[in-house]
Amino acid sequence: MCTVCGCNDAKTPIEYAHDEHHEHDQFGRHHHHEHRQDHRHHNHDGGYHDHVHDDAGLLDCGGNPAGQQIAGMSSDRIIQVERDILGKNDRLAAENRARFRADDVLAFNLVSSPGAGKTSLLVRAMSDLMDSFMIGVIEGDQHTSHDAERIRATGVPAIQVNTGKGCHLDAAMVGEAYERLRWPSGGILFIENVGNLVCPAAFDLGEACKIVVLSTTEGEDKPLKYPDMFASSSLMLINKIDLAPVLDFDLARTIEYARRVNPKIEALTVSARTGEGFPAFYAWIRRQAAGVKPAAAAAAE
Amino acid sequence: MHEMALCEGIIGIVEEEARSRSFSKVKAVCLEIGALSHVAPEAIKFCFEAVAARSIAQGARLEIIATPGIAWCMACSQGVEIKQRCEPCPSCGSYQLQVTGGEEMRVKTLEVA
Repeated sequence: MCTVCGCNDAKTPIEYAHDEHHEHDQFGRHHHHEHRQDHRHHNHDGGYHDHVHDDAGLLDCGGNPAGQQIAGMSSDRIIQVERDILGKNDRLAAENRARFRADDVLAFNLVSSPGAGKTSLLVRAMSDLMDSFMIGVIEGDQHTSHDAERIRATGVPAIQVNTGKGCHLDAAMVGEAYERLRWPSGGILFIENVGNLVCPAAFDLGEACKIVVLSTTEGEDKPLKYPDMFASSSLMLINKIDLAPVLDFDLARTIEYARRVNPKIEALTVSARTGEGFPAFYAWIRRQAAGVKPAAAAAAE
Repeated sequence: MHEMALCEGIIGIVEEEARSRSFSKVKAVCLEIGALSHVAPEAIKFCFEAVAARSIAQGARLEIIATPGIAWCMACSQGVEIKQRCEPCPSCGSYQLQVTGGEEMRVKTLEVA
């Protein structure tokens, strides 16, 4: 159907230089479109004029942003876009993921609220794992390099990303930080996100999976209060488990709440202070490594 | 405030479209925001005006189509509608739900001049 007048013999796109359907005046500027059935309309006003002309007399009614022209409408047009708001981040994350895969790097994105103990947990894990795996860390904080300095003190390379006013790491930041790490190849990359249980959930960094750290001091209902983060994580590490007795922490309820928002989430308890529970965490890491690259994981076992 | 980053993503898309489809003014931006997505429509509305200022979308109207949260209930083997992630299946009460829809955050259409 002709999108100009509704008659049934137009072609789309409309390229009707002087055909019998519509006519132009000799100047190619002002259009009285003549119809066979002898009604006249489409007197385009002199303001905005969105037909596209060329020397051959092409009148392209589809040459405007809408790709069409509709009777009675102004030059304002609705155009279909259908693009994901996070599409750019997702593309960069896919590039990161491809690079990690090419470099045989298993990347984990650690997320938690501030003070859950991500860095303390990493410092302990570094010390225990650095003999088995090449390890690198990307640290995200709004300000300071304190966390990267703590990691580097263990002998593991670390790059600090300061997000400034930003509340999360994004895929571009991680791609650039990874570049600066000058990773040889193989091993495990821990990306410690900005302490925040909301925003980092939305931003894929290219990681193999997210690990959410929840400390016993935060209360059992964090998964219900911040469901997006627990829904997007594969493992929940419940840290500061050594404090559970004095806090009357209900472990079973915490896990039940987490599985309400993510039936598949795995859960482990650890204490970064005492080292309790870390062997199970390392076994979990080795299983992930085995899933990515069986030969390397077998060698590390 | 990841809403600011999301709004910057929206403006980035609008400006790319403006370059590729040759328009110079955006009168309205229509988004599709799922009930289970990472953002509340009110938060996007709050940030959009600030981020759109001095861009091609300055002063543009923001329209948001809210899409429902849909999950597959493993217990009763059917698709159900949920308003948020921690909700049980409305028909059987199970939490064994797999989200299948309502996570989208998309720029759907633009009204341009």
